[in-house]
Amino acid sequence: MAITDTSPMSHPAETQTLSAAARLAVARRQQLQDKFFHALTLGFSLMVLVALMGILISLVVNAWPAFQKFGVGFIWRVEWDIINQEFGAAIAIFGTVASAFIALLIAVPLSFGIAVFLTETCPVALRRPLGTAIELLAAVPSIIYGMFGLFVFAPLFAEYGQPALQSTLGQMPIFSSLFGGAMNGIGILAAGIILAFMILPFIAAVMRDVFEIVPPVLRESAYGIGCTTWEVVRNIVLPYTQKGVIGGVMLGLGRALGETMAVTFVIGNSQRLGSSLFSPGTSIASTLANEFGEADDFHLSTLFALGFLLFVITFVVLSLAKWMTVRSEKSKGAKT
Amino acid sequence: MDVNLYRRRRLTNQVGLTLSMIAMALGLFVLLWILFVLFKNGLQSIDWAMFTQSTPAPGSEGGGLANAIVGSLMMVGFTALVSTPIGILAGVYLAEYGDQSKTASVTRFMTDIMLSAPSIVLGLFVYAIWVAQAKHFSGWAGSMALSLIAIPVVVRTTENMLRLVPGSLREAAFALGAPRWKVATMITLRAAQTGVITGLLLALARISGETAPLLFTALNNQFFSLDMNAPMANLPVVIFQFAMSPYDNWVRLAWGGALLITLTVLFLNILARVFFRDKVQS
Repeated sequence: MAITDTSPMSHPAETQTLSAAARLAVARRQQLQDKFFHALTLGFSLMVLVALMGILISLVVNAWPAFQKFGVGFIWRVEWDIINQEFGAAIAIFGTVASAFIALLIAVPLSFGIAVFLTETCPVALRRPLGTAIELLAAVPSIIYGMFGLFVFAPLFAEYGQPALQSTLGQMPIFSSLFGGAMNGIGILAAGIILAFMILPFIAAVMRDVFEIVPPVLRESAYGIGCTTWEVVRNIVLPYTQKGVIGGVMLGLGRALGETMAVTFVIGNSQRLGSSLFSPGTSIASTLANEFGEADDFHLSTLFALGFLLFVITFVVLSLAKWMTVRSEKSKGAKT
Repeated sequence: MDVNLYRRRRLTNQVGLTLSMIAMALGLFVLLWILFVLFKNGLQSIDWAMFTQSTPAPGSEGGGLANAIVGSLMMVGFTALVSTPIGILAGVYLAEYGDQSKTASVTRFMTDIMLSAPSIVLGLFVYAIWVAQAKHFSGWAGSMALSLIAIPVVVRTTENMLRLVPGSLREAAFALGAPRWKVATMITLRAAQTGVITGLLLALARISGETAPLLFTALNNQFFSLDMNAPMANLPVVIFQFAMSPYDNWVRLAWGGALLITLTVLFLNILARVFFRDKVQS
């Protein structure tokens, strides 16, 4: 009875419950797939964090013997004697910081000029190609800058640049020791100049991007009360984009500190602390590139210690750069 | 009206703008100068032998860069295979799932740091965890170091490109009952396709010229070798070693390799820009 009663009814009901169950199954399956996909993408993005942690840990572990022997004093010891196993990072740190500082000194005004030109005076039709050309300067591999620096720039610099500097700035009381000594084209100053042209496109690109986001109404108001282009840049655009500009400069500094190949070719690779900017020096990265191949156990450990210091320095600088740009984006959001 | 003040303002303006124009000219000049030097020194050594013969032994005549070109292609190719899926999936997480969450913010921050971290330190890291354990240099290790450089580039461009996809497109797909992973893979990723390819090309361009991390990982190999588990010749390291050498034919080969690598990198960069511009216009 019950069977015959339900059978005509059960047929449509059955398909209905079946399809509902099937729908539920599909939903469950999709939910499961979604969870899986979520976990998968999360896992891959966490790999970046794991890699970063791994880098820090592996550097510390390998550098441990060096830090154990020399302590924190490793950082300011002025000594690099491979034969007697006496090592200190001061010479390499000095070379790194000095060449990066020279690079900033040259690259910041130039990048500022380029960014101003691209956003204010450049004809609209030329903006794109010229901007791309500057970005291509960033794309040129660093080893090419190194070869260019060693074979083309250094001879010219020794023949014209260095004598000119010595006869002008070198005559002033404070600068005389900075621009003295043998003039063979390579050295810390040459490395700084080559670095300047390497980091210039990075700084210029950031500056151009932040200059472009200044609200047109601010600019137009300034022009409206009779400001010249330079005054608009100086008093409106620059204060408005201050944090972004500083972020860009810090980004450039981070790049300059860690650059290897370009510096290795032109810095001269000498573990001595010269008073002149013409004298050859060394940077952390170039020391690594030069000595890693022939290093034995303890020497290797000191090289890892240098690498660790370099990583920490650039990490701090790049974090500041990032923090600055994020803050500039936030305040921009608040103002508009 | 103070004529002097007016004059001074105009003069400042002209000086400032002229200086900015000079800065621009200087930037362009350096780019053209580098290209000119590369063509002048490199063009003469690009011939058939460069692509067919392996790097010459010290003191011997002739030779080419065949082993280095093949080694570079293999390592860069393998890096692309590894970093494309990892980079794209991580980018999908940052744009579609993580968004403003703490995990995503921290990951984004660290990815940006990795983007500009000194490449030589990445080489040290791979040396420590791979080469020192395996006790020999290898092409695999070189590829791993390059991947560490390429992945952040892919992650960040993928994320930025996914963010450009209009939210209404996602909402429309959600309204049809599509699960999140389908929306991500079939709607937004597809919409952002050209942008993602741009990111991949930029990552390839970035790693093709990287030298520093390969010094500690792939090293170099004087002979032709397809074995990724052995030291592997590659263009940047060969250029580095040959450029500093006393042999004329080595230096000539270094210039040839330098021209080759620069043209490849610039070509990839321009290709990426053309790709992206087509997308923006359409």
